[in-house]
Amino acid sequence: MMIIDLHHYLILAGALFTLGVFGIFLNRKNVIVIMMSIELMLLAVNINFVAFSYYLNDLTGQVFAIFVLTVAAAEAAIGLAILVTFFRNKGSVAVEDISAMKG
Amino acid sequence: MIDFNLLPLLPEIFLSLTAMGFLIVGVCRGHESMQVVSWASVLSYAFCGILLLSMSWDTEIVLNDMFKFDRFAGLMKLLILLGLIISVALSVRYLKQEGIARFEYPVLVTLAGIGMMLMVSSNNLLSLYMGLELQSLSLYVLASFNRNSLKSSEAGVKYFVLGSLSSGMLLFGISLIYGFVGSVDFGAIGNTLASLQNVPFGVTFGLVFILAGLAFKISAVPFHMWTPDVYQGAPTSVTALFAIIPKIAAMGLLIRLLFEPFASIADQWGQIIYFLSLASMIVGSFAAIMQENIKRLMAYSSIGNMGYALIGVVAGTQGGVAAVILYLIIYLVMTSGVFTVILSMRRDGSDYEKISDLRGMSQSNPVMAYAMAILMFSMSGIPPMAGFFGKLLIFEAAIAQELYILAVFGVLSSVVAAYYYLRIVKVMFFEEEGDAFDGDLPFARRIVLFVSVMFVLAFAIKPGLIVASTQGAASVLFAGL
Repeated sequence: MMIIDLHHYLILAGALFTLGVFGIFLNRKNVIVIMMSIELMLLAVNINFVAFSYYLNDLTGQVFAIFVLTVAAAEAAIGLAILVTFFRNKGSVAVEDISAMKG
Repeated sequence: MIDFNLLPLLPEIFLSLTAMGFLIVGVCRGHESMQVVSWASVLSYAFCGILLLSMSWDTEIVLNDMFKFDRFAGLMKLLILLGLIISVALSVRYLKQEGIARFEYPVLVTLAGIGMMLMVSSNNLLSLYMGLELQSLSLYVLASFNRNSLKSSEAGVKYFVLGSLSSGMLLFGISLIYGFVGSVDFGAIGNTLASLQNVPFGVTFGLVFILAGLAFKISAVPFHMWTPDVYQGAPTSVTALFAIIPKIAAMGLLIRLLFEPFASIADQWGQIIYFLSLASMIVGSFAAIMQENIKRLMAYSSIGNMGYALIGVVAGTQGGVAAVILYLIIYLVMTSGVFTVILSMRRDGSDYEKISDLRGMSQSNPVMAYAMAILMFSMSGIPPMAGFFGKLLIFEAAIAQELYILAVFGVLSSVVAAYYYLRIVKVMFFEEEGDAFDGDLPFARRIVLFVSVMFVLAFAIKPGLIVASTQGAASVLFAGL
């Protein structure tokens, strides 16, 4: 039977984080998807923190993870609020429509 | 014994209480209270500055090693408070003219200020992250403060997405550092890294992520993409705020991080900062040439200026760090003067922000034109002005460490930068007359413009006090070595 140890968690977190980053850069459709990608990145970081915390036998990582969760909630609230004001002005949340300024 | 000394936190506690108090005032009195709340917050920043000056500036670490107050943090906080005073004082009239006079504005600025003050005195990756997020979340909202404007809300969306991405990268880096070093405390990280023979791969990896996250915040190339769009889209008073303060706070944070916990692996971060600095100087000067919008121009100018400031960090000496702090002080004063003029570019109640709108300003608004010309000369680093001495000390520190390539590229790119700064002077003085801008300057803008021009002109006469205080601030970072 396979034993799941630290590096499996790290690979998982790394993969999720990479997915999040690519979700932001490669996504050409919708800003909501970008916000989901940001959440994915933060949650990947949390997996890292909790895994390290367990293997180091140190609580700091778990405390950090709880702080990250709190900040992520605040960030999602603010992001959605900004997106609502954008939608009111533009009538769309498509990534290609965020183009009033260039150069 | 539980450590419960809150004295070094007094300025932050005071500002937090006033921010909450103003929020209550605003909720009770509605948006008419914007003016009162703004001036009251200017007063409270000034009071906070006095509080800071009256404290003992000896190094003190409190809150279970989370918070460190020393001369570096003290000087940075004074600069941040000065920037807050300037940016709120400049905003009041603008917000009324644009019809976005809402009381949340000064409250948000205050909260961002608290975040920045926590950033520069963080002594732990957790307090670093919390301070950074308090600052960033307030700034996202400020960028989209003009909610009826497409540009402003677009600036908000862009700033939010890229800012969160950078926070995510910073956090990923922090988690790796935590895992491979075993602590998030700056002192513990410093000790562990100094005792290691070979730096683990995870630490290098984490450091790269942390630096990428912070490079976003100081808008160093290649992490600068958000800067021009956000500067252009945000309401001009917010652009002034962005240009003046967050850079100082983020640079303070970067310096503390690099010279305290990561001091022993300077060879690892040195190359990264070297590249960031070189790229920022080059992109900042060349990309600005094509700009027609003065706010975008200032965005590229700030990218370039961060590049120069980073040279001092690469030098890695006490003189280098002192030069960076001095550079930031001069940059703060010059930029606030320039934005005073940009905020006053209004005709018939609407904003004009093209460089060509400055045409013939020497005829129509001579005082403003001469002030702007002096500031532009200073920005491009022409000798008797303050801007020259800022650059001089930075290049001196680089030469002392034999960083000739950086110094040469710095000088060359400031020659290129001089082109676009002097183009503004040319447009103001040597092009046919355009329409005059509205009315005369409000009192607050007059004071800011006067002080900044006087500072730029008189700096050369008596630079001793400021240079000595930057030296003192830099020395605490090198005391432990």
